[in-house]
Amino acid sequence: MYNENHSHLDLDAMNKRYISDMKIGEQAIITSVVPISANDSIARRLINLGFVEGEDVKLITFGPIGQDPLLVQIGFTRFALRASEASRVEVR
Amino acid sequence: MTVMRIALVGNPNCGKTALFNLLTGSRQKVANYPGVTVEKKSGLMCLDGLQEWEILDLPGTYSFDTESLDEIITKDICLGNVSGERRPDLIVCVVDATNLRLHLRFVLEVRALGIPMIVALNMSDTAKRRGVIINIQGLSEELGIQIIETIAVRKNGADQLINEIKQNLPQVSPLLAGDMDYHEETKRLISANVVMPSKTSSIDDALDRIFLHPVAGLVILALAMFLMFQAVFSWATPFMELIDGGIRAFGRFVEIVLPEGPLRGFIVEGLIGGVGSVVIFLPQILFLFLFILILEESGYLPRAAFLLDRFMIGAGLSGRSFIPLLSSFACAIPGIMSTRSIQNQRDRITTILVAPLMTCSARLPVYALLIAAFIPDQTVWGLFNLQGLTLFALYAAGIISAVVVSFVMKKIRRSSLQAQTLMLELPSYRLPNVRDVLLGLWGRARIFLVRVGKVIMAITVILWVLSTYPVPPEGWVGVPIDYSIAGRIGHGIEWLFQPLGFNWQICVALIPGLAAREVAVSALGTVYAISASVDDPSAQLLPIIAADWSFATGMSLLVWYIFAPQCLATLAVIKKETQSWKVVLFATTYLFGLAYLASLLVYQLLA
Repeated sequence: MYNENHSHLDLDAMNKRYISDMKIGEQAIITSVVPISANDSIARRLINLGFVEGEDVKLITFGPIGQDPLLVQIGFTRFALRASEASRVEVR
Repeated sequence: MTVMRIALVGNPNCGKTALFNLLTGSRQKVANYPGVTVEKKSGLMCLDGLQEWEILDLPGTYSFDTESLDEIITKDICLGNVSGERRPDLIVCVVDATNLRLHLRFVLEVRALGIPMIVALNMSDTAKRRGVIINIQGLSEELGIQIIETIAVRKNGADQLINEIKQNLPQVSPLLAGDMDYHEETKRLISANVVMPSKTSSIDDALDRIFLHPVAGLVILALAMFLMFQAVFSWATPFMELIDGGIRAFGRFVEIVLPEGPLRGFIVEGLIGGVGSVVIFLPQILFLFLFILILEESGYLPRAAFLLDRFMIGAGLSGRSFIPLLSSFACAIPGIMSTRSIQNQRDRITTILVAPLMTCSARLPVYALLIAAFIPDQTVWGLFNLQGLTLFALYAAGIISAVVVSFVMKKIRRSSLQAQTLMLELPSYRLPNVRDVLLGLWGRARIFLVRVGKVIMAITVILWVLSTYPVPPEGWVGVPIDYSIAGRIGHGIEWLFQPLGFNWQICVALIPGLAAREVAVSALGTVYAISASVDDPSAQLLPIIAADWSFATGMSLLVWYIFAPQCLATLAVIKKETQSWKVVLFATTYLFGLAYLASLLVYQLLA
């Protein structure tokens, strides 16, 4: 799969942004949650927590070292997400 | 007539337990059932002396589509999947009015269960203050569910809810067409019925800027922990002196009232002395709990988990391990049970294995006795109390060894296939509710006193008998206790602990200490009271051990208690939570091994 349309995918990857790419104080709109496997329980959980298309998300701050975990806010709710979790949520 | 069963469900931290306390607290005790459904709390609520309701407080749940053990409990109870448990007659879905976006979605999930339900719109006062305007009538009609406003932290905050349930038991709401998109529906309901302010709580924003600051946040966390341990030692002292005085006065009173003889000796030295030597630590335990309860109530703990996540990953744990480990300072049993919220199995087992290394409150009496006997009460660096510092060092030693142990386990265990997660909601800060804190403290005091009353009393009696009988024959040279069963057991295992500097009296006390650690103190009291011959039968334990033991022995025993898994209840709960004898065996072996090695090292270095 990866080999097909290689250049196209690369372009896509460059344009795609995830919560893990956001800066402190930045606000964005969630476009989708991208599962990394067929049965990705973390992705399901994120969706259940309200990380769904159209929601505003704001990056509040990072943990003390290595920019991990991230503190994000959806509506009034603040969540601590690891970078690996935040990188499943695509934003624009 | 069967008692109506009402289950409180809802997202984590929406005020279920506050509501539960409000409904049941003042009239009926809050029971914490051990068993498969450990996290479920159940209490009876008496209505007009005629009718009774059984109220269930279930673990907070984001969704029934879950892999988290605590959420599965809620799901199973609601669905009636737990054997021996009747399916609830009514579900009260508690909803935080300030967080509808998340909480309404769960209401939709609960509605799909097809059980009669009612929505308790909690924290409606806070929501109004923040400018959230909810059209309750409209929302209720669209949902097909009655919505009642509650303020669980206020005394009469649930009256309307009670009346509503009493007057017209809600019916099953009509099921709507099959697979609905809960998020879409939530969004629609909110946009039609709720006006949200655009800004979030400025207090939360400000507090998070301080508490989650990369540097200041960590400093504040360290200070809070340090203050907690200092307070346990220094603030509790006047209360302890008060209790001590009371116990002594009571002992003297009994001495005057009862005729002289073995019975009087037993009651004064054995019972009053033994129980008294443990009861005296109640203030310290309550101060520790006060801190933990306030931290729990304020919303700070998840912040600490956020700050420490990265560090804890490094140690082979997860930020989610922080809360179970912190509550293990109170007692490892609830700590180990609360690991259910850790989804990753490997992280969970590691957390369970190191939880006993957190210094639980039952170790305080042992530590306090030994510190008072061997560490001078003086001020160092013009600021800190040396005894308090020693206590802090003991706690720190437990924490550091937990880090080392989990790090080693991370290295030797196979890497987990299951994903590791954090995904933690950081709630709004709340001023701790005085009523809930007091209820928590009272519950803790009761558990402690009942334990003292039952276990310690029983063991003291047994130990007294064992160390008095058989009475040595005529012409026995030496102390009578040497001839008794306890004396022989103590001498029998002394060789094993001699390298650690433990004398036979300590060996005797270690055995009942297996039931509960604090019993070791009263056991020492009994053994010494009896073996101290006749010079000064009322002598207090403290001066005796200060004179009788070497400094090295005292330190060695202190270190022993950092590690020793001297608590059968902890091992039992590990078995129950992991369903694995292998884990129990591993925990026992490694803890005993560490205890033995560390004590050996300390004694051999100091002696």
